[in-house]
Amino acid sequence: MSTIAAEAVERIYPGRHVGIAGIDLDVADGELLVLVGPSGCGKSTLLRLIAGLDSPTAGRILIDGADVTAVPPQQRDLAMVFQSYALYPHMTVYDNLAYSLRVRRSDRATIDARVAAAAEALDLEPLLDRRPAQLSGGQRQRVALGRALVREPKAFLLDEPLSNLDPSLRTQARAEILRLQRKLGATMIYVTHDQEEALTLGHRVAVMREGRLEQVATPTELYDRPANTFVAGFIGSPAMNLLPAVSLGIGAPPDSIVGIRPHDALLSGNGVRATVDVLEPRGHDTVVHLRLEAAGSPEFVITVRESAPTPGSTVNVSWKSDRLHSFDAQGRRRSASP
Amino acid sequence: MSRLLAALLIALLLGPIVWMLAASVLPENEIFSGAPVHGLTSASLDHYRALFDERGFLLPIRNSLIVAGLTTLIALPCATLCAYALARLPMRGKGLFLALLLAVSMFPQISVVAPLFLVLRASGLIDTYPGLVLPYVTFTMPLAVWLLTGFFRQLPRDLEDAAMIDGASRLRVIRDVVLPLAAPGLASTAILMFLYCWNEFLFALSFTFGPDHQTVPVAIALFRGRYQIAWGEVLAGAAVATLPVVIVVLAFQRRIVAGLTSGAIKG
Repeated sequence: MSTIAAEAVERIYPGRHVGIAGIDLDVADGELLVLVGPSGCGKSTLLRLIAGLDSPTAGRILIDGADVTAVPPQQRDLAMVFQSYALYPHMTVYDNLAYSLRVRRSDRATIDARVAAAAEALDLEPLLDRRPAQLSGGQRQRVALGRALVREPKAFLLDEPLSNLDPSLRTQARAEILRLQRKLGATMIYVTHDQEEALTLGHRVAVMREGRLEQVATPTELYDRPANTFVAGFIGSPAMNLLPAVSLGIGAPPDSIVGIRPHDALLSGNGVRATVDVLEPRGHDTVVHLRLEAAGSPEFVITVRESAPTPGSTVNVSWKSDRLHSFDAQGRRRSASP
Repeated sequence: MSRLLAALLIALLLGPIVWMLAASVLPENEIFSGAPVHGLTSASLDHYRALFDERGFLLPIRNSLIVAGLTTLIALPCATLCAYALARLPMRGKGLFLALLLAVSMFPQISVVAPLFLVLRASGLIDTYPGLVLPYVTFTMPLAVWLLTGFFRQLPRDLEDAAMIDGASRLRVIRDVVLPLAAPGLASTAILMFLYCWNEFLFALSFTFGPDHQTVPVAIALFRGRYQIAWGEVLAGAAVATLPVVIVVLAFQRRIVAGLTSGAIKG
């Protein structure tokens, strides 16, 4: 397995949207790095640049320290799983899995052995003679994964591989990918728009917005110390409450923005007064949407485990002051906050 | 109402063909007597017999097959590569090129007959197979490129990307992924090319001198004698000329209709 790096990578589409710019990224050998961000943030563009399917307008792509910016995708020795799976519809599952090996002129015995191994790892053995059209969504997804596995490539690139699966299958497939990654010690770049998937899968997570990297950090770091209000609001569900300090009566610098995660706030005797708006019971807890009694009655979300308040009633909200996130007027994290 | 319209349309389309088939088996003097409406009691295959025995109709059929087949064999691969480049490779002025292509294919044939004749005579290709195949290739290519570009653009791009990541070169991607998936498009384009050559009359008449290289439409047109037109044989010839067209279309019909790309991406 290998390291992958992007140095000052930029991709501008002439006359169209921004593309991506100023991307510096290092992926260590055996690391699973997740690229996450809202749709259109450039995460798939970055993945295609790394794969060689598109060329950067500036900057370099490195694999194992070697500059591959001008190397075509065929010679980069990376495997990719597409969101659409991109299975060859006119080939059987076996041929889909074997294709990359045939192109590389492997001998029959090697092809048979590798396809058999991948098929066993992914439970595809009974399906080898079928065509993609005869498979269910989950089976197609596994074939797409298997096609990457047989290659034994330098690294795996996965572009939203689970977004077409229904939720129960998704959790299962996610665990499968995680297991394979740990077992192979594979270098993997995983693109998703789902922050929860990013947190559960990644050794590190790179958050992107509008073509730029906002923060690259471990899931814990990202959750506990978001670098700015975008990351703070994007990571975690329900989203962090981000409000001007004045509306919470906090004696921080007047123009600062304060962030409080819903589960760090509680209903108590004293604190900021608020009206209960709507409730979203989730089984193990309830998401309570509040309207603060402050200018513009901003929304404030908390989660409660026990007795939920009744909608329309007035409550008091307080929070653990050591769990406050503080950001300056530009949305950057203040170094003083925890 | 819609059924009535459909019936009317079918009658309009099939009427002349039925009439052609009926008249081709009737004696010459009954063709215009209204007899086909009253029954086919005097029907015979005399015209067909005359067609092949006296007129040697097999020769023009052979000529047509050779010319149309060669043209398709040469023009289809060229058009395929050209169309793929237009559909997928980054190039400047693609739009302009496609527009020009369409403009060229609308050129009235008659305007180039004289210059083409001079060119072909100078290169000694008048009254030869290449003398017909070359103009046919140039005249079928624009439309074929235009059609195939559309087909290639419809193919999911992810499949080609996946094949390139799998290590396949551009030509290999075309062979292994693009062509099998574009097969319906290729088949219908090939049919259109073949039919263009099969039906083409003006060039075939202008660039051939004798029966050796004359194609079916020219042969049929020259059936008319000095004092009379042998309608029975003309119509029998027309029926024979229609036959390959019907066979080809029926044979490829399922291939054209079949959605080969199903299952490639999420369903």
